Amino acid sequence: MPAVIEVEHLEKRYGEFVAVDDVSFSVEDGEIFGILGPNGAGKTTTVECLQGLRRPDGGGATVLGLDPRREADRLRKLIGSQLQASALPERMRVWEALKLFTSRHTDAPDWETVLHRWGLTAKRNASFGSLSGGQQQRLFVALAVAHNPRLVFLDEMTTGLDPMSRRVTWDLVSQVRDAGTTVVLVTHFMDEAEQLCDRVAVIDKGRLVTLDTTAGLIAHYAETAQVTFSTDLDDVGFLLDVTGVESVDHRGHRVIIGGTGALLARVAAALAARQVFPLDLEVKRASLEDVFLSIVGEGA
Amino acid sequence: MVGRLQLAWVELKLFLREPMTVVFSLLLPLIILFVLGGVFGDQPSEPDGEVAFRGVGAMSYYVPAYLALVVASVCVISIPAHLAGNREQGVLKRFHASAIPAWEVGGAQVAVALVLSLVSSVILLLAATPVYEFSAPVSYLTVAGVLVVLVLGFAAFGIFLGAVLPTARAAQAVGLLVWFIMLFLGGAGPPPEVLTGGMSTIAELTPLWHAVIMMQGAWLGLDAGLSWLIFAGIGVLSAALGIRFFRWE
Repeated sequence: MPAVIEVEHLEKRYGEFVAVDDVSFSVEDGEIFGILGPNGAGKTTTVECLQGLRRPDGGGATVLGLDPRREADRLRKLIGSQLQASALPERMRVWEALKLFTSRHTDAPDWETVLHRWGLTAKRNASFGSLSGGQQQRLFVALAVAHNPRLVFLDEMTTGLDPMSRRVTWDLVSQVRDAGTTVVLVTHFMDEAEQLCDRVAVIDKGRLVTLDTTAGLIAHYAETAQVTFSTDLDDVGFLLDVTGVESVDHRGHRVIIGGTGALLARVAAALAARQVFPLDLEVKRASLEDVFLSIVGEGA
Repeated sequence: MVGRLQLAWVELKLFLREPMTVVFSLLLPLIILFVLGGVFGDQPSEPDGEVAFRGVGAMSYYVPAYLALVVASVCVISIPAHLAGNREQGVLKRFHASAIPAWEVGGAQVAVALVLSLVSSVILLLAATPVYEFSAPVSYLTVAGVLVVLVLGFAAFGIFLGAVLPTARAAQAVGLLVWFIMLFLGGAGPPPEVLTGGMSTIAELTPLWHAVIMMQGAWLGLDAGLSWLIFAGIGVLSAALGIRFFRWE
């Protein structure tokens, strides 16, 4: 099966400023593809070129077999979009929005079905302006996927949401994918990408920096782990002789060990050999956040 | 087709939920009717021996003029602020991403303006009939036809303002300013005969001036030839510039 999205050497300039610089990637059918990067990195510009909302200045893209430059109108009918910085009129009611957007698609389920499916029944007659941030996002995601598109773009969908609403929104996205829709997820939240995405493209200053599975990125960019525990021992220098250990940091009662390989098991064995059994021995693996910071730098 | 009308229907409901629209398009013309009717209502067509009100009675002059004013209120005050606000908030971008074409967005504005103008005109006539004496129109059909033409022209003008003005606040301010200038100089306020030379030059540049002459022409059976041409020109130019400068975001 051909890729859902093929991007080749995409470029977008605003005057002298290069917002998207020679970006290439492809998105496979049925995956959740993350586009990650700091604010202003060119994430939104990239996906808006793919949605046919902006004209790229160079390179090309194929989305669902269509050229977003020449076949934008047809393409926009096929995809679903949740846009960053978009809204509905304050006084538009939830049911009116659902009816307005579903009535345009002949193969969309009727709006009342969508209302129930997305848990908006209680908010049926509420105006858009009276909804909480989480409810607004829920409505936007519902509108984006109401017509069962093969491909949906979700741009910064949890920005400004409280932790509870974020979790709920994540569940919604998983549901969308489980229903067979390919998802392109733009975010600057590492935990969100780590939680949801099969593969992640990191974009910084308009360029594609890296592209891999979440686990692959972590393995590649942050292979060291950290083991920590508390102890009354005065001298922990013996731990430096343990295979894989690269650093031992002893501050008060707290010991922080950095290294590679099966670090936790080896450190535990070395401690047990000396009859030391700390209760709080734990390992911290690198998260996507560490990877991200090591790629785009602490200044991001 | 039902899907196509959906946007116009929703937009009409949104307009009616906007207090600004209700006040300016439905109430203000009534207030102006009763204030100016109170001031000029009894004036003969030739006060102090000079011809005023184009030689007809004051209210025979004003009632058709107010119909033109009603259309101008709906289109010049409400449409620009609504359109620019929708763009500012990202509503238009949302429409764009959902494959709603631009002509449908513009068409919805025209449809809303048409319905509001008709309703507002009927209210105005119902309010004026028991209170004032004025001549009946030569032909209601012609009056209705001219009303539709005025809606098309003024809606194009309103869409043009909404397309070029960047924010809802700017659009509201400019819309109101243009509307007030038209109210005072356009022939629906003080009778045109009292305007000084400079004022009438500006007046003749406003679409309302010509709209008033067109509507009075239909109502009273007077000639309005050149105004048709100028009003059509303003409408076509507005439509062209509106399409040229329309932005989704």
